Amino acid sequence: MAYSEKVLDHYENPRNVGAFKKEDDGVGTGMVGAPACGDVMKLQIKVGKDGIIEDAKFKTYGCGSAIASSSLVTEWVKGKTLDQALEIKNTAIAEELALPPVKIHCSILAEDAIKAAVEDYKKKHNS
Amino acid sequence: MLKFPIYLDYSATTPVDPRVAEKMIPYLTELFGNPASRSHAFGWTAEKAVEEAREDVAALVGADPKEIIWTSGATESNNLAIKGAAHFYSGKGKHIITLKTEHKAVLDTVRELERQGFEATYLDVQENGLVDLEALKAAIRPDTVVISVMFVNNEVGVVQPIAEIGELCREKGIIFHVDAAQATGKVDIDLSKLKVDLMSFSAHKTYGPKGIGALYVRRKPRVRLEAQMHGGGHERGLRSGTLATHQIVGMGEAFRLARVEMAEENQRVRELRDRLLAGLSTIEETFVNGDMEHRVPHNLNISFAYVEGESLIMAIKDIAVSSGSACTSASLEPSYVLRALGRNDELAHSSIRFTIGRFTTVEEIDFTIELLQRKIGKLRELSPLWDMFKEGVDLDSVQWAAH
Repeated sequence: MAYSEKVLDHYENPRNVGAFKKEDDGVGTGMVGAPACGDVMKLQIKVGKDGIIEDAKFKTYGCGSAIASSSLVTEWVKGKTLDQALEIKNTAIAEELALPPVKIHCSILAEDAIKAAVEDYKKKHNS
Repeated sequence: MLKFPIYLDYSATTPVDPRVAEKMIPYLTELFGNPASRSHAFGWTAEKAVEEAREDVAALVGADPKEIIWTSGATESNNLAIKGAAHFYSGKGKHIITLKTEHKAVLDTVRELERQGFEATYLDVQENGLVDLEALKAAIRPDTVVISVMFVNNEVGVVQPIAEIGELCREKGIIFHVDAAQATGKVDIDLSKLKVDLMSFSAHKTYGPKGIGALYVRRKPRVRLEAQMHGGGHERGLRSGTLATHQIVGMGEAFRLARVEMAEENQRVRELRDRLLAGLSTIEETFVNGDMEHRVPHNLNISFAYVEGESLIMAIKDIAVSSGSACTSASLEPSYVLRALGRNDELAHSSIRFTIGRFTTVEEIDFTIELLQRKIGKLRELSPLWDMFKEGVDLDSVQWAAH
């Protein structure tokens, strides 16, 4: 399969690989996908007192496009408020990485991962 | 000096041995005659070459040259054998038995016969990839006319008990077809002893050219087929079409070399395969697919848990191998062979088939081991599943948010 240069770059040099402590107060964790489907993304955000996402980390089991999509969103969410992060759409991810049609689901999964991480953070702080 | 990518996909196809290519070339140029031309020396020369090649093919498998029919390859041989026998003997019954792990050239042929009104049983294999003889016996019905079982599986390299199945078929009067595309030059084949009625061969898996194959059709006791290709009545009417002399010469020479060199070559290839296995076994959570004892010497099929198949293939683009994953297509369907062995989808996706051959070197194997060790490590660093495994989480117990 022919990948775009951007996908290959994220795949070869993934940004922000790693994990925060799930229990930390400022951390929201989202895990989406399933091993049987061939993709599992774990995205974590670290939110500052001012409500701005200070840092993000990911780990992904999946194809090159899935790894690139999650690597890209860790860069994109940094510096955004939770609401701004939720505005990141899969179409923008797919466009940035020039994903072929069969790989669009990778960008959808990355969008879902952001939503899941934000939701986890909000749940911690509303209760 | 290593040349990239390193070819470790000899079960997909092999290069034509230079000695084979050299022997073929004159038959494209000055010795171009039609073997069916009876009236001049051009034809006689070509016919002589075709008959010598037939002898070489027959000699590798313990057959009489009269029992060898030229075809375009193993796919055509499988079609001719299975459809030809099923049609000819359809008066006796319309039931066919085969295995779920057969090549598509057999499975799709049997499917087509089902469409034409035949009934088929697709037998499961055991976890090691081998057929369960008791299950095969139990599947036989009074109206079973053809059983088709491959000699060597193309993905996992396991060698089926052909001799035993042959005894069973002969006793029950059932036509026994064997797809031996992956077996020539790898295992001893002696059709003077094996009770096989029809056997398919391919040249390009054994250092011959693509586009040529053969079908063995037993003469004693005589096996009859309905031709699938009609025309000039070549090959005793079983397969019409002008013979491709240069291809046939190539197949003959390739099979002659296999006969002369296979014992020594298999020894060398087995040592390389075992070296590769030992090297890859140092990686945690790896699983060999298919029986290691009843297996061709050049095949290693191995699953690496907690890494995804396509990213694995991307990571090891310096080597040319086959993947158990077909997820470059939208269907995301893993290997049906590995699923038939009971592997779950994840392990089927993350499997790699290494097949070693005549031109593989120790340096190439050592490079491959180091590459896999490094890249699997890197992908597991990236894998949330690997973290969970290391934390002792049972992944089967997790409620995944499936998409």
